[in-house]
Amino acid sequence: MIYKVSRIVSLFVFSILIIIPSLIVVFGSTKTDSEVYNKPLALPEKWSLDNFRFLFEVSNVGRSFLNSLIVTGFSVTITLILASMCAFAISRMITVTGRVLFSLFAVGLAIPGQVNLVPIFILFNDLQLTNKLSGLVLINIVTTLPISVFILTAFFRELPKEMYEVSEVDGATPLRVYRSIALPLSRPAMGATAIFLFVITWNELLFPLLLITDNDKRTLPLSLLSFRGEFFSNYSMIFTAVMVASIPMVVMYLLMQRSFIAGLTAGAVKG
Amino acid sequence: MGLPAAIIFTGFYFVPFIANLRYSLTRWDRITEPEFVGFRNFVNLLTNDDLFYKVLGNNLRFTFLVVLFQTLFSLIFAIFLVKNTRTNIALRTLFFFPTILSSVSVGMIWLFMYDPNFGAINLFFTRLGLEGFALNWLGSESSALYAITFTQVWFHTGQMMVIYIAGLQQIPQELYEAAEMDGASRWQQFRNVTWPMSIPTTIVVMAYTTIQSFRAFDLIFAMTQGGPNNSSNIFAVLIYQTVFSELRIGYAATQSIFFIIVLVFVTLLQRKFLNSRYEK
Repeated sequence: MIYKVSRIVSLFVFSILIIIPSLIVVFGSTKTDSEVYNKPLALPEKWSLDNFRFLFEVSNVGRSFLNSLIVTGFSVTITLILASMCAFAISRMITVTGRVLFSLFAVGLAIPGQVNLVPIFILFNDLQLTNKLSGLVLINIVTTLPISVFILTAFFRELPKEMYEVSEVDGATPLRVYRSIALPLSRPAMGATAIFLFVITWNELLFPLLLITDNDKRTLPLSLLSFRGEFFSNYSMIFTAVMVASIPMVVMYLLMQRSFIAGLTAGAVKG
Repeated sequence: MGLPAAIIFTGFYFVPFIANLRYSLTRWDRITEPEFVGFRNFVNLLTNDDLFYKVLGNNLRFTFLVVLFQTLFSLIFAIFLVKNTRTNIALRTLFFFPTILSSVSVGMIWLFMYDPNFGAINLFFTRLGLEGFALNWLGSESSALYAITFTQVWFHTGQMMVIYIAGLQQIPQELYEAAEMDGASRWQQFRNVTWPMSIPTTIVVMAYTTIQSFRAFDLIFAMTQGGPNNSSNIFAVLIYQTVFSELRIGYAATQSIFFIIVLVFVTLLQRKFLNSRYEK
């Protein structure tokens, strides 16, 4: 009895805690400011997309959206290629090299790349990689490599050894075994890793904040942060911007819940 | 084949790491040339920097509270939602939802929720007649860190819950059946079956949450930037401010080294504590 009541109460409370803020944002993005302040939870008086139109007119949000898309696309693709090759090598090498490679990334996993904020800032300035999308792609690759290598190594190790051995007897080079055997088999693991990388790269703030000062090079989280300065407490606009930044993720989440949840937990468990 | 990844990672992780050690021995504002000062930054930081100790305290408190509550709530919700019924799956999807948002979005949402005049939190307390709880949550030194702690737990509990559910579903059903035959209460079942069997999962959840809490830069930067009066400041934000507001590169590098030391220390301590539980 106590169990049942506390179960229902706590599930209800947490549901409300998620639903209410979400509704405030969704409704808020179609409301005027005074409506947001006075009746945050009420349905909007008239559903209008004026806020969205205004946001795209006065700000660079369209550009930021595109930047985020470019940076995330390149970062995730390149990380996946590099990490899967490396993970394949680690899982096939029982030698010292494999172990050294593995511990290299283990250190990176225990001590996240964020601690290198100072030297990365200096180094990227020296290499003139600041205010460039390519610079963001590079640092994203570096910070997400360890976790990706870990997830994929765990997966490659589970594949039966015979699969590789047969083709090696046929005289296939390691690159060929990787391309025609390991890669096709690892599609589910690659998918999960891709989703995980997509979410964290799309949402990343620290390094864009560190490396980008140019308005035209901002990614979405960075624009969102600057709106807070520009619109100050103009929450209907802020909520509209939150909607723009979140819609791609939310749509993908709703379409592929299972893969999303699997991907985002694989990142935690294997790490 | 592992070479490209290893080269990039060495070049942009380990090389900067070493460079950081070098910077920590200098005084440098990026305008004039760096000046070698030996260990003066380290001495200053340890003996003459109240802000550093304040931030250290904040960071440890934040990590401790986030790890405690996030682990606790995610375990409780996992137990409640472990069966694969339709309602449970729908609730899991809902609880997991905040995880996919960006920290900045979550920060903006909760800035409004905590707003002293219009926010839903204070509205709720005033409606209930509990005006005493209607605080300026993010604007006052005594509550800002805790308000952010709550947001961080709200943000990631669903993700950890899913990990726990995967762990709980591995526990053999016979153990529960046997316990029920012996007339064990729900609490006894939890104590003698669920908890001991889920310790490996707990280790994973706590380790991940710890790293996550040290990386809460984005959320804190979006909500308070460490304020008011540094009451919600943590290491990552402090280091950022030392670089950009104070232009003290060498000192920021020294702070980063202490950040790493604390992070490694907390991780090892936790591992030791949990492993000793595991072996019992």
